[in-house]
Amino acid sequence: MDFIGGKLLQVVIALAVFAAIIGLLMLLVDRAPKSAKDKITVIGFLAPAAVLLLVGLVYPAVQTSFLAFTDSAGRLNGLDNFVWMFTQPEALATLRNTVIWTVLVPLLSTVFGLAYAVFIDKARGERILKALVFMPMAISFVGAGIIWKLVYDYRGPGIEQTGVLNALRVALGMEPKQFLLDAPENTVFLIIVMVWIQTGFAMVILSAAIKGVPMELVEAARLDGANPWQQFRNVTVPGIRGSLVVVLTTITIATLKVFDIVRTMTAGNYDTSVVANEMYTQAFRAGEPGRGAALALILFLMVLPIVVYNARVLRQQKEIR
Amino acid sequence: MKNRKYLLPVAATGILALALTACSGSNSGGGQTASADCSKYESYGKHDGKTISVYSTIVDLEATNLEKTWAAFEQCTGATIKYEGSKEFETQIGVRAKAGNAPDIAIFPQPGLMADQARAGNLKPAPKAVSDAVDKNWSADWKKYGTVDGVFYTAPMLANVKGYVWYAPKTFKDKGWDVPKTWDEMMELSKKIADDGAMKPWCAGFESGEATGWPGTDWVEDVVLRAQGPEVYDQWVSHKIPFNDPRIVEALDKTGEILLDDKMVNGGFGDVRSILTTGFAQAGQPVLDGQCAMHHQANFQASNWPEGTVIAPEGDVWAFMTPPIDASKGQTITGGGEMVGAYKDTPEVQAFQTYMASAEFANDRVKLGGVISANKGLDPNNAQSELDKLSINLLQSKETVFRFDGSDLMPGAVGSNSFWKGIVAWINGTPSKEVADSIESSWPKS
Repeated sequence: MDFIGGKLLQVVIALAVFAAIIGLLMLLVDRAPKSAKDKITVIGFLAPAAVLLLVGLVYPAVQTSFLAFTDSAGRLNGLDNFVWMFTQPEALATLRNTVIWTVLVPLLSTVFGLAYAVFIDKARGERILKALVFMPMAISFVGAGIIWKLVYDYRGPGIEQTGVLNALRVALGMEPKQFLLDAPENTVFLIIVMVWIQTGFAMVILSAAIKGVPMELVEAARLDGANPWQQFRNVTVPGIRGSLVVVLTTITIATLKVFDIVRTMTAGNYDTSVVANEMYTQAFRAGEPGRGAALALILFLMVLPIVVYNARVLRQQKEIR
Repeated sequence: MKNRKYLLPVAATGILALALTACSGSNSGGGQTASADCSKYESYGKHDGKTISVYSTIVDLEATNLEKTWAAFEQCTGATIKYEGSKEFETQIGVRAKAGNAPDIAIFPQPGLMADQARAGNLKPAPKAVSDAVDKNWSADWKKYGTVDGVFYTAPMLANVKGYVWYAPKTFKDKGWDVPKTWDEMMELSKKIADDGAMKPWCAGFESGEATGWPGTDWVEDVVLRAQGPEVYDQWVSHKIPFNDPRIVEALDKTGEILLDDKMVNGGFGDVRSILTTGFAQAGQPVLDGQCAMHHQANFQASNWPEGTVIAPEGDVWAFMTPPIDASKGQTITGGGEMVGAYKDTPEVQAFQTYMASAEFANDRVKLGGVISANKGLDPNNAQSELDKLSINLLQSKETVFRFDGSDLMPGAVGSNSFWKGIVAWINGTPSKEVADSIESSWPKS
């Protein structure tokens, strides 16, 4: 109890200190001389965020980039880590898997989410139908990994099955199957877990976007004799283009960073590793921080174009409005 | 109104001042027992008001037992022990040492990790008192595990014994099977059980989250040591011979006669590959309900059995040591243990180090149950279970050749990464030679 009390006191004090510093800063900014007031106000309010960014983002990023060119003992080793990454079969499998993930997950999640959103649009019980698909979003990746690991569970033929899928297979007269052990299909079984989670996200955003498409346009298209597919293709999709880009890019970035699902379900064994998982394994378990940093750098380079594209699309839309 | 403008800065400085003085958390040491015989602790001196911070992987009940054991030392020397246990120890100790936030004492579960810290210049060499205590209380092998590049750093603390084969005495009795005395007898018995068809001879499970595969490394280490002897084992572990040496590949194949044969494994779970998806703690359970006859696991398997399971020669389960391949050469066993290393060389820290190397500590801790030690001064009668007694006798016996768990001695890139992964690939169908080659290629160059 003493211990908890002490910690609580520390938290309260830390919060108070934070409030005091901010208060002090505001006060000083407020009392600044009139002539340079605007400048000082801007600097005063931006400085804390800028400092935190420098310490928490820019500095580690620079340090990681530097680390990517060092070996396990911290000596510079040129491009060795990158050579390792693009020559070792294990590391290559990691890169290949990450590419498979980033192609399949955003595509499938968005397609399923969009299809579902279109089909249940204005249906009876829409809210409940939406909630059903959205619920997996509330489960953490680790939790989802454990749930699906149980779904994929395997027992030999003749032994009572504990996994849902294998129980179904046996009931249908098939042999039970080791879902997670055979590459490359096991990567697909892992991808299903992420699609299961992300479909809800895609569906909710796209459903809201569909409702934002002006009714007049849809009706005009119908009067012109467009069939439902043509309406969808030529009116709805262009109308929700911005949302589609946001959904696709957000899911792509989340997929590039996927770690928990792989870690909990296979720990990267059986050729299922992805960049984020390998980064952790190399840096913290194998004692090769240089290789970990090199993988982090590659991951960063893979995410960058998507972020840039996303920002550009959003800016264009702003200009249109 | 004007005056109130000054209120905020004044208050802020006040709070800041408060914060600066109050930030250090307080944490009292373990529960003090009423009275202890302090004569045993006189040699450690008086260290009133001093604090010794201790950091390790040991948590929960085991941690409470450690603190209980330390209570007398604290009371008699006046020093306070601030203990912290964390499952993140292996990654955190390096981070903390680098950040200048190292504990006074760290208890390392892996000599390889300890050696990294010693080579980085973080650990302090052990004082003479500790070195003398270890010479007196442990075999030369154990001292070697605490020695890095000729300098002695860490004394061993507790130990575990690997390579037990667990079985149900009742099943063996009913079927008229004898506990095998040699490897060949064990293989014969396995074949007999497999042919009989009533149950699989072996159960195995290597699933352990991100550490999946480690029970398999234990298997291979046991076989290398028994088939090739301690010299080759030492050369293998220290990379004087490559990992893909034909003798090591041969040991893998020998292990594979059990683990890679569908007829031999995996009772209650399925085929060979089901070993990979079976948790190591559940893997042994079918021994109890007669779906398999034997299960290879360290002495800590004792805590994996369901509550109420009697562990005794005539009980529900019992264990024999994986038998020697050449019985004339005596028993060889593998095992693990913790190493007590110091990041500071103040008198109180050195006194604590010396105490941890003493027979008193070993006896007091073992009395509380659940652990054993290879300390020669340990009285086997202090053991709390039949199995602990057996393990202590094995460790203390002059006939026994003891070797530390090989993967713990290898560099992290191998011992806690590529060796595990290699075992997983091996069970999943990759041939022995290929597995050994890929582990060899992952061995750090420098």
